[in-house]
Amino acid sequence: MDLNKKYTPQTWPDHPETATLEGKNKFVGFWLLLAAETVTFASLFATYLALKDKGPSGMEFSASSLFELPLVFAMTMILLTSSLTSVYAMYHMKNHNFKGMQAWLGITVLLGLTFLGLEIYEFNHYVHIGFGYTNSAFSSAFFTLVGTHGAHVLFGLSWFIALMLRNSKRGLNMYNAPKFYLAALYWHFIDVVWVFIFTVVYLMGVIG
Amino acid sequence: MSSIAQKKGVGATIWDYLTTVDHKKIAILYFISGGLFFVIGGIEAMMIRIQLMKAGNDFLSAGLYNEIITMHGTTMIFLASMPLLLAFMNAVMPLQIGARDVAFPFLNSLGFWLFFFGGIFLNLSWFLGGAPDAGWTNYASLAMASEGHGIDFYTLGLTISGFGTLIAGINFLVTIINMRAPGMTYMRMPLFTWTTFVASALILLAFPPLTIGLFFMVFDRLFGANFFDVAMGGNTIIWEHLFWIFGHPEVYILILPAFGIFSEIFAIFSRKRLFGYTALVFATILIGFYGFMVWAHHMFTVGLGPTANAVFALATMIIAVPTGVKIFNWLLTIWGGNVSFTTPMLYAVAFIPSFVAGGVTGVMQAMAPLDYQLHDSYFIVAHFHYVIVGGVVLALLAGTHLYWPKMFGTMLSEKLGKITFWFFLIGFHLTFFIQHFLGLMGMPRRVYTFGANQGWDTYNLISSFGALFMAIGVIVLLINIVLTIVKNERIGNDPWGDGRTLEWAIPSPPPFYNFPQTPLVRGLDSYWIEKMEGNKEGMVYAEPLGDIHMPNGSIIPFIMSFGMFVAAFGAMYHMDGDKAWAIPVLIIGMGITFGSMLVRSLKDDLGFYITKEELLRDAKGGINDGSK
Repeated sequence: MDLNKKYTPQTWPDHPETATLEGKNKFVGFWLLLAAETVTFASLFATYLALKDKGPSGMEFSASSLFELPLVFAMTMILLTSSLTSVYAMYHMKNHNFKGMQAWLGITVLLGLTFLGLEIYEFNHYVHIGFGYTNSAFSSAFFTLVGTHGAHVLFGLSWFIALMLRNSKRGLNMYNAPKFYLAALYWHFIDVVWVFIFTVVYLMGVIG
Repeated sequence: MSSIAQKKGVGATIWDYLTTVDHKKIAILYFISGGLFFVIGGIEAMMIRIQLMKAGNDFLSAGLYNEIITMHGTTMIFLASMPLLLAFMNAVMPLQIGARDVAFPFLNSLGFWLFFFGGIFLNLSWFLGGAPDAGWTNYASLAMASEGHGIDFYTLGLTISGFGTLIAGINFLVTIINMRAPGMTYMRMPLFTWTTFVASALILLAFPPLTIGLFFMVFDRLFGANFFDVAMGGNTIIWEHLFWIFGHPEVYILILPAFGIFSEIFAIFSRKRLFGYTALVFATILIGFYGFMVWAHHMFTVGLGPTANAVFALATMIIAVPTGVKIFNWLLTIWGGNVSFTTPMLYAVAFIPSFVAGGVTGVMQAMAPLDYQLHDSYFIVAHFHYVIVGGVVLALLAGTHLYWPKMFGTMLSEKLGKITFWFFLIGFHLTFFIQHFLGLMGMPRRVYTFGANQGWDTYNLISSFGALFMAIGVIVLLINIVLTIVKNERIGNDPWGDGRTLEWAIPSPPPFYNFPQTPLVRGLDSYWIEKMEGNKEGMVYAEPLGDIHMPNGSIIPFIMSFGMFVAAFGAMYHMDGDKAWAIPVLIIGMGITFGSMLVRSLKDDLGFYITKEELLRDAKGGINDGSK
């Protein structure tokens, strides 16, 4: 692959992420990885549902008394918006507009960081009022499920930042276009998982 | 890059294998390390049989016996059978579809090293305070109460090697989807490629639940979580579900590639096209599909209730149908064929009745009420050894003979091979057939001794003698391997003379780029078609001779896996509470892993080109193994 080949929006292919064999392999491989991730989170969700509100006798916290929706709703909106901004970034990637892509990825990263900050605040709050990781089976299952998602957010953000810095000087080419595309795909997946967390953990939790 | 193989120093060879991304060399790495673990697991099996040779034996203590049965099962499944199958998949599958390498050569190397370090970590438990002792299923109700670090070696070791297997699975799937040569449609793929494909799909969907279960246990034991602590609201049945949602597909991950190897053997040595190729393919897919719907038949006695037991019993019995389809297809492939009874063919013919016996006892256990009687008895031990040894291990031995020439360029001795076969087959039936009756007589499994007045003495002694026969068979195989390496008589493209698929159309071992020109596939058994049409070159090509793009080798996979190995020690010794270095070690280890991941991401790796001139020189001047 020739990294020095210069593209214009006219010569740039419609689907740069799958224009090379390497790109195609990454594309298919990454979708398969997401299938494995889906099973991973399915296992975590199943465990959470089995252990919801389960704890030692006299346990202080239950889902309905613990969770409050306003903050989580704000987090959901922020993460959903970041998914939209990553779509804009990919739109510019496909049009070979590097600056546009970087700008929208930057906004995506800022929104992701905000989400992560709020999640840390939320966890800190729970621990502060006495709902720690080792308190009960319920607390372990909750922190493991939501924390695994949080770790994925952190990984996705690091991935975006590394790609943006690495390629900031050289622009888009056939070698890095699939990488940007997959990072964005990963980000969507994280977003979809959060939609399920919001529904299963928080909405169903508040209902009781 | 030199074109002609030269003598290299030992250091250069080791460095070459540490950094290789060539699927054929990674296959050899899998083969050697899987073989090593197979011998270790075999020694453990021999110790079990020595202990049970007579009533009230004191060769092993009760505690050590528990550690040995646990390590025997874990080693044989995770560290011997799977890597040996992955060795054949790596060595053969890309050649069968006419590809120059797998889709992700770097990840292929990473997958191997993760498996390797996970296996080493698990086995280090013998030297660092005791091995795991809760059985290979590691049920939480037992494992949580186990003292020392044995269980932690199990959970962390399997987590690391499980990542490696998952990566291998994704890699093979993408390779088969994207890298088939022109004309190689799905319904022209050799059966071994098909079974690799379905087994990889099972790996993809089955390993994540295991990883999650292992994570829960790591967090419970090392970081104070309460998933399995009943007093804190936990539930140990969650482990059983997660383990068997993985564990049942796992047996199909093992047996399907074994079916693939036998399918190749039946066709080659009957000199006939596989009977009912299409039915075999769909039976493979169906077995993979049903494999996910039967896990609770391992848990009939847990008390899930009659409805759940009935559903899972029925689903289990259904699996016998596609498996039966396969058995009849193989029989009808032999029927009317021009059969030559080479060593691989002997294994394949012996496999059919052995495996059917295991299948029949499997259907017996599928009947939930009967399973209440058979559960936890030696009948179960007999059953699963009939399917795993009678199916998978026979396939591994057959595959070793069949593919040895393609992997190493020499031929194992047929005479010694047949001696191995007879010792192993007789020993196998002697060991395990009688265990059915021991089970029916009430002998429980996983018990380190029995009384003289229980009437089990003679049968156990016979069983132990059988194990000795199997050990002799394996020793003869090792002698065979040594003699073959010493003799070093090189062989040609198609040493069996009746190869049908693409791997037999190229030199043994193949050059590191496999095919100088990508072949054009004109039907099922493509090499056979060319042979029958008298094609002197052996292949039709889909492209003119030109430059070939190849990936660079890399040491990063090794370092990345080493980082996880280090981190696992940190996580484990953190539990002791008095080791201040534990958390720093955990952080350093993860730092090594993620740091090397970052380096891999930031550093461009574009590979290199082999020029047309080099290819032409190779065509005249012998084998190019790609080493610098």
